[in-house]
Amino acid sequence: MAKVTIDGKTLTVAENTTILQAAKLLKIPIPTLCHHPKLTPFGGCRRCIVEIKGMPRPVTSCTTPVSDGMEVSTSTPYIESLRKTVLELILSDHPNDCMTCEQAGNCSLQDLAYEYGIRDNRFGGERRVYETRDGNPFIERDLEKCIMCGRCVKVCDEVQGVEAIDFGYRGFMSKICTSFEQDLECEFCGQCVSVCPTGALTGKLWIRKGRRGGQMETDTTCPYCGTGCNVTAHVKDNDILKITSREKTWNEGWLCVKGRFGYRFVQSPERLKKPMIKRNGAFEEVSWDEALDHVARRLSEIKEKHGADSLGGLSSARCTNEENYAFQKFIRAGIGTNNVDHCARL
Amino acid sequence: MQQGDEDKKKVTVRVCIGTGGLAAGGKEVIQAFKKAITDFCVDLDLDFTCHYQKVGCRGFCARDVLVDVVDGETSVTYQGIKPEAAKRIVQEHLIEGKPVTEWLIDDSYYAFHDKQLKILLKDCGTIDPEDIQAYINVGGYAGMKKILSGMTPDEVIAGIKASGLRGRGGAGFPTGVKWEACRKAPGDAKYIVCNADEGDPGAFMDRSIIEGNPHSVIEGMMIAAYAIGSSLGYVYIRAEYPSAVERLKLAIAQAHEIGYLGKNIFGSDFSFDLRIKLGAGAFVCGEETALIASIEGQRGMPRAKPPFPVHRGLWDKPTVINNVETLSNIPYIIRNGAEWYASIGTEKSKGTKVFALTGKVKNTGLIEVPMGIRLGEIIYDIGGGIIDNKEFKAVQTGGPSGGCIPASLLDTPVDYESLAKVGSIVGSGGMVVLDETDCMVNIAKFFLEFTQAESCGKCVPCRIGTKRLLEILTRITKGEGREDDIKLLEDLCADVRVTSLCGLGQTAPNPILSTMKYFRDEYEAHIRDKKCPAKVCKDLITFYVIEEFCKGCGACMRACPAGAISGEKKKPHKIDPSVCIRCGACFDVCKFKSVGRD
Repeated sequence: MAKVTIDGKTLTVAENTTILQAAKLLKIPIPTLCHHPKLTPFGGCRRCIVEIKGMPRPVTSCTTPVSDGMEVSTSTPYIESLRKTVLELILSDHPNDCMTCEQAGNCSLQDLAYEYGIRDNRFGGERRVYETRDGNPFIERDLEKCIMCGRCVKVCDEVQGVEAIDFGYRGFMSKICTSFEQDLECEFCGQCVSVCPTGALTGKLWIRKGRRGGQMETDTTCPYCGTGCNVTAHVKDNDILKITSREKTWNEGWLCVKGRFGYRFVQSPERLKKPMIKRNGAFEEVSWDEALDHVARRLSEIKEKHGADSLGGLSSARCTNEENYAFQKFIRAGIGTNNVDHCARL
Repeated sequence: MQQGDEDKKKVTVRVCIGTGGLAAGGKEVIQAFKKAITDFCVDLDLDFTCHYQKVGCRGFCARDVLVDVVDGETSVTYQGIKPEAAKRIVQEHLIEGKPVTEWLIDDSYYAFHDKQLKILLKDCGTIDPEDIQAYINVGGYAGMKKILSGMTPDEVIAGIKASGLRGRGGAGFPTGVKWEACRKAPGDAKYIVCNADEGDPGAFMDRSIIEGNPHSVIEGMMIAAYAIGSSLGYVYIRAEYPSAVERLKLAIAQAHEIGYLGKNIFGSDFSFDLRIKLGAGAFVCGEETALIASIEGQRGMPRAKPPFPVHRGLWDKPTVINNVETLSNIPYIIRNGAEWYASIGTEKSKGTKVFALTGKVKNTGLIEVPMGIRLGEIIYDIGGGIIDNKEFKAVQTGGPSGGCIPASLLDTPVDYESLAKVGSIVGSGGMVVLDETDCMVNIAKFFLEFTQAESCGKCVPCRIGTKRLLEILTRITKGEGREDDIKLLEDLCADVRVTSLCGLGQTAPNPILSTMKYFRDEYEAHIRDKKCPAKVCKDLITFYVIEEFCKGCGACMRACPAGAISGEKKKPHKIDPSVCIRCGACFDVCKFKSVGRD
């Protein structure tokens, strides 16, 4: 255990605790940008630098473990001046086009610029200019807005295990890219979009569909599979604009491509809303009672005429475990055959 | 009639095939000697045995190819030898017994060596790096045998600590202390890594040591491994050093063959093996945490310390990373004792340091000097002073992380503390001498171009900060500097220095800070007067013809690639400044000094 003093408040924590984590326990806010609580520390944005008594230069609180007797100051005028310089540097290489940016109002960089009141920047100069040319239907990458926090690289590697992107090149022109700068070709889970603190990564489905204002957020459960991830639907005028997931859910805010981007079926005109029976070559809408009776009758007829093994059941991954259990029970005990399988096994 | 071997005339021709030697044609020189001797033997019916010895860097690269001709007891050294010279040397020296005076080394050769103290480079230029036996013959692997026959790891560490050896990669961390921390770190698997990712512009000491005496590095690694409790080492070496890689591979293979590497070395319980990992050309991989990432197959990007590699290094195991020169010192310390080593150098900086002496100095090459030698002694005694006897302006030490030291501080002793005090560092050992024709703003810009291009891009101050510093310097050299640029440079340098993640960013401002400290007037001249005092920055100079000296010979007109010069024969010419591209060709070609620069 290590006894650490942060801004005059003392706390005893385990030795591998970082200064940032210890400060959080003490409810002392330290600004961060590249840090994400679910990912390993990066230490690139230099926002979270703090001073430690006896150390020659400030350290990043997200990477530095506490040690016994450590005395930390999180917000001295000197530290704030350094944070401001670093912020000015980031903004000097940023399009600063919040007027039209998808992320305005929900952008960590914008919040920081606002907080530090940076309107005039001491540093100007070359800005990175890139063409946006991704052909995929899900993720838009605007690398000019990228602040190289590395969150997308880490989530892709550490959470998703895909490693579709990484840092490339050197110096000022270093950037996040795919191997050999090919178009993005991954699972399109969009985890990278969910952790991007700026407008560099956006879901193509919700571009120009409206920013935060006027949206209603409804917490619900993803209907796609038995995992049952908690999702939040961003709804405007009874139309789902975007799906996100909150960090404090059991799925920790992570989603897959279906949960994040596959929500358009909800408003699809082709969506089945009532049961239908095909009669004389055409589908007719019927009541649930009529449909169930029809199915029960036909199953009984077939079983009587051809035996139970002439029937089989194929269940869906979109059902819950309980539903799948009930289904196989029905096929085995009700119909009397072992002909039952599940699409996830294919 | 066959003469007995004993009666045969025995000759040795020793040729430098270090990087400088090879570049100057060392291999061709050997071939030429072989051919010349064979031809003469046939023609004159002579019979003598000649041993052709390839040796590593001998330091005085400016005089390559250096050739020793050893005839019996006497050894004669020739300099600047081309393959064509072989025939004459064989005829006059070996057959007629009269050394060829034309190519004999002169006083400056001795002056170059007088103030040097060669420990690491002593064997480097005398033994065949491709033969393990040559190293063993000069006492090689005796240190390893000594510790395996009765020294405990703690005794070895105590010895290295007592010797006062500090890291030669640049930071100067005490080697013994590092080893001790790693030894004490819990864990079974530990690693020793040799950092041979030498990248400072102009520095080539690590390359020369590996090329000239690879076994000294291997022995150093073995001793380190024994001390920290490791059985596997890695040499992280630049892929751009193909001959060093080849010789290292060969050395490892030879050590394996005679059981000096592998299981139960010298019949002891100690087993050790070595792997080579080639770098992919990133300067930042010389930073230890980036180097570790690179060996692990990741992009070479540094991470924050702590935890330090001695606690969590390669594959998350305790790891010691030492520079080539550091490791190469180890066998000599073990062989000759810590006291001997500690008797060389200053109070806090012990032993010798190898420097790559380059720039505007007469004698360039690789030098090894005792710590504490004055800068002036290196430049004037060893280096022989400035080329064309121009005025000395500054010496840049420590590469892109270092600084420029002016003439007023030439008395500064070369050791870790003293160089740090004057705003520079020992670094890995680059030493570039600058004269009156060097523009200090331009020098700072050169180094910033390097660090900016080599930044890994991970942290903001290094990725964007050095870019902005470079942009400010560029506009100053273009005459577009602003009045507050000096203050802006100072402020940004200070902030980049403290907020950058690794040593690359933290030291990147040093070339700017030191030149602003000692040559502020040059910055001011660029910004306020729009003049470059050294007349280097193209945008700030104009070329003109001094009419009273111009003979109208037309040489400048012919040399001008832009067609900016006009004039009739035998009448003063004119340069059109709107067409002139300021290449200086006219200035260089005019025999009458009639082209002026302002």
